[in-house]
Amino acid sequence: MGISNTFNITGSALNAQSIHIDTIAKNMANSQVIASSPDEAYRAKRPEFASVMGNVFNNGASAVAPNGVVMNEGVRVNGFTDSMDPVERQRMPESPLADDEGYIYLSNVNIVEEMAYMMEASRAYQSNVEVLNTSKQLLLSTLNMGK
Amino acid sequence: MNWIDNALGLHAKALSFRSQRSAVLATNIANASTPGYKARDYDFQQALRSVADGGQMQMKTTHSTHAVNSSNDGFGDLLYRVPTKDMSNGNSVEAEVEQAAFAKNALEYQATLQFLEGSISGLRLAIKGQR
Repeated sequence: MGISNTFNITGSALNAQSIHIDTIAKNMANSQVIASSPDEAYRAKRPEFASVMGNVFNNGASAVAPNGVVMNEGVRVNGFTDSMDPVERQRMPESPLADDEGYIYLSNVNIVEEMAYMMEASRAYQSNVEVLNTSKQLLLSTLNMGK
Repeated sequence: MNWIDNALGLHAKALSFRSQRSAVLATNIANASTPGYKARDYDFQQALRSVADGGQMQMKTTHSTHAVNSSNDGFGDLLYRVPTKDMSNGNSVEAEVEQAAFAKNALEYQATLQFLEGSISGLRLAIKGQR
């Protein structure tokens, strides 16, 4: 572990944050999708982040050291969860997707919330790019040491 | 300890410590939105002490199957940072704090590089005997 490992750590974070932004784009794109039942309605997706446990032990068998020290390296997207916010119902009997009572179901995507998440994700992405650039400069000057 | 360690002194160890610490801080920044993640850092005093002791702060293994924590390169223990505020998702990373720490660590790394440059040009002068 050292500066060269920073590239792996930061790379995993860039990947995770770009998945986050992709997910937000998907939610925004599907925000106007209608369905004929609450189960079929589009629900906003959220990526679940989890830190990656590095192989810090020589045998690589256990993630927890005897003294309880766990070394984290990087981050990954574990999966996606659907937002549990209620789905909005709208009366629109003329729609071909309307149910027996003439209702359609809208997605539960909240555009304002998505924008907030997008700002968070893009800021996180930017900080990781900064880390990457700084590490690159440090490594370059280390390579030029003594010249 | 060989002659090159003597010539470069503590700065070589310091460079190694800064490099290691930059990876830890990068991990913190990478996990800024991971639920339940706790920010980690080294204690400089402890690291300095354990380097001065010759890096003999490793856990003792009394059996061949005992796990050796190879992430601990004699810089003392990786501690948890005490956050200034509570986060609802159990994440203790404060992005600004980590960014500041990372920037400071990068500057200190460059300072250490400068010190090493000085040692190396001194050695070079001694070898050549002229400028």
